Amino acid sequence: MSLPTDTGHFGQFGGRFVPEALQAALAELTEAFDAAWADPSYHAELEKLQRDYSGRPTPITVAENFSRQCGNATILLKREDLNHTGAHKINNVLGQALLTKRMGKTRVIAETGAGQHGVATATAAALLGLECRVYMGEVDTQRQALNVARMQLLGAEVYAVAAGSRTLKDAMNEAMRDWVTTVEDTHYLIGTVGGPHPFPYLVRELQRVISTEARRQMIAEHGGLPDYVAACVGGGSNAIGMFYDFIEDPSVGLYGFEAEGEGISTGRHAATITAGSPGVLHGARTYVLQDEEGQTIESHSISAGLDYPGVGPEHAWLATTGRAVYEPVTDADAMDAFKQLTRTEGIIPAIESAHAVAGAKRLGLRLAQENPDLHPKILVCLSGRGDKDVATAFDWFGLPGVPDKTVGGLE
Amino acid sequence: MSSFTDAARLGNTGAVVASCLDAGRPALVGYLPVGYPSVAQSMEAFRAVVEGEDGRGADIVEIGIPYSDPLMDGLVIQHATVKARARGVHTRDAFTAAETVAATGAAPMVMTYWNLIEAYGPDRFARDLASAGGRGVITPDLPPDDCPEWFEASDAHSLDRVFLIAPSSTDERIALTMGSCRGWVYATSVMGVTGARSATSDAAPVIVGRARAIDPTIPVGIGLGVSNGAQAAEIGGYADLVIVGSALLKCLDSDGADMPGDLRRLRALSGELAAGVASARP
Repeated sequence: MSLPTDTGHFGQFGGRFVPEALQAALAELTEAFDAAWADPSYHAELEKLQRDYSGRPTPITVAENFSRQCGNATILLKREDLNHTGAHKINNVLGQALLTKRMGKTRVIAETGAGQHGVATATAAALLGLECRVYMGEVDTQRQALNVARMQLLGAEVYAVAAGSRTLKDAMNEAMRDWVTTVEDTHYLIGTVGGPHPFPYLVRELQRVISTEARRQMIAEHGGLPDYVAACVGGGSNAIGMFYDFIEDPSVGLYGFEAEGEGISTGRHAATITAGSPGVLHGARTYVLQDEEGQTIESHSISAGLDYPGVGPEHAWLATTGRAVYEPVTDADAMDAFKQLTRTEGIIPAIESAHAVAGAKRLGLRLAQENPDLHPKILVCLSGRGDKDVATAFDWFGLPGVPDKTVGGLE
Repeated sequence: MSSFTDAARLGNTGAVVASCLDAGRPALVGYLPVGYPSVAQSMEAFRAVVEGEDGRGADIVEIGIPYSDPLMDGLVIQHATVKARARGVHTRDAFTAAETVAATGAAPMVMTYWNLIEAYGPDRFARDLASAGGRGVITPDLPPDDCPEWFEASDAHSLDRVFLIAPSSTDERIALTMGSCRGWVYATSVMGVTGARSATSDAAPVIVGRARAIDPTIPVGIGLGVSNGAQAAEIGGYADLVIVGSALLKCLDSDGADMPGDLRRLRALSGELAAGVASARP
């Protein structure tokens, strides 16, 4: 059975738990997306933008040096960081921005954590002549100041949200409130596979290009299907995009790596599937970090993009059915992987993506221990580049931020 | 006599509305969150909303349960509920509030986001609310077509279930939603979140008219944006219930520091709103 159902359910997950004022807009969006998806001209326009504007297809890089630290595994990187604006987020945004125009709407709003989705949205809005406002948790505006500036340069208004945990969750609440009021001319361009139906489905279909390409590239250029596919999971859009075309390949293990922050036992983490429970958040039933009364617990991750107490409902479904495995990765392990990949491959990953790299390394080492004769291929979604995270990395590693030595001056 | 006569459709609170209409006026519904400024002080506030200045206030009280992710609420309610949570309000405090309101003779209802009921357990929630004297529940983010467990629980404990319709709702959804309600239907007068507004909405009479044409068997309440007696009178001219929230909550703006003053303001506004609905249908 293809999921979601017509009502947006993945088993017991998904749905449309939103104020009635939004139900009509969600129905309109579903209809518009289905019509567009069936329309060759929409695909032609989207593919042209993906190719000529975003830079698709993105390559697969064999991380030969880094692989030496990963048991007998070969780590291959699907280079979504090479997309225009520096992350996989642009895949979804271009599709939804085109849809916004088709629906005759003139304004987009978005929420963002690390800022990559905000930058992508502001970029597409600039390209297509749409008005744009981006909501961002106040904490995230501070740790992602570079991306705030990029959005402003692109002509977007950036609103810092001072409510709640002042992170992605609260930005999503605020965007939803804006949308209830402005739904007539505004499209809420959700950046992840969360929220009410049809967003989890719609965003998945737009991000699916990652696995469609990667599957073809693996077969054509790398000797066949990978043994494992790995991705980081916050809301889960890069992960679902990376997993989707491999779901029907039973030989391929799917691994999602969640943000364990300072450790599950400390309570300061964002490992929703690992340590959450089923509930309703932001319009969908899914796994949620919540207390016994159903109040959302604030999440923590060094990565603003993973700092979210919910997860896309399709991931909840894949976890429940056992098709995908979800494991947590700490801030410390992610930052080690961040540094190792940077030093061995000359690739600075987004801290989000560093969680997937760390998880893949751990998986490689574990597999080598379990069976030293195996030489598995692990394909990792390198969902974004780390320029935006330089300040965080500076703090983490205690870098001085001054030149190591001054030479050549006159006495 | 009110045109609403189907007892099964009216449930507990629709019957209250029908008796108000029999008396020649719409019903007044007052919303406050439990736990603000504190749990104990919110109980005084609930009493004040019912009693007004001279015993004339709200007929039905909506007890809001503070929630971490209030999608439907504007800043006034959001700020109060954030403080209430920080001060330790719990879901079960809504049952104490229901007892408090029931003791005044008004009909207590709970307004809550669905996840809190789901976490408490729908049947257990309905049971505990009903035994505290609660008469029904308003669920702003629960789609009526996706909640069989709530139908079972609310039926099992004879609670009214009120869902929302909006100006953007299609006729099909209005029919579905009203068919799912017992008691009355909550029509949002504007596209937007909660909050007092200076002018009433042109969309309000339209949505009431549409709802009546689709399902004449239960009353239609109008909420979002009502802030004073004149607006209550205007809306009460065509709606069966007039719902006021943020404006009442604003009376508690001293954050508990001047509770007697807050309660005086709250009683005065409740009285003014009650006078407004009383004069709505001369």
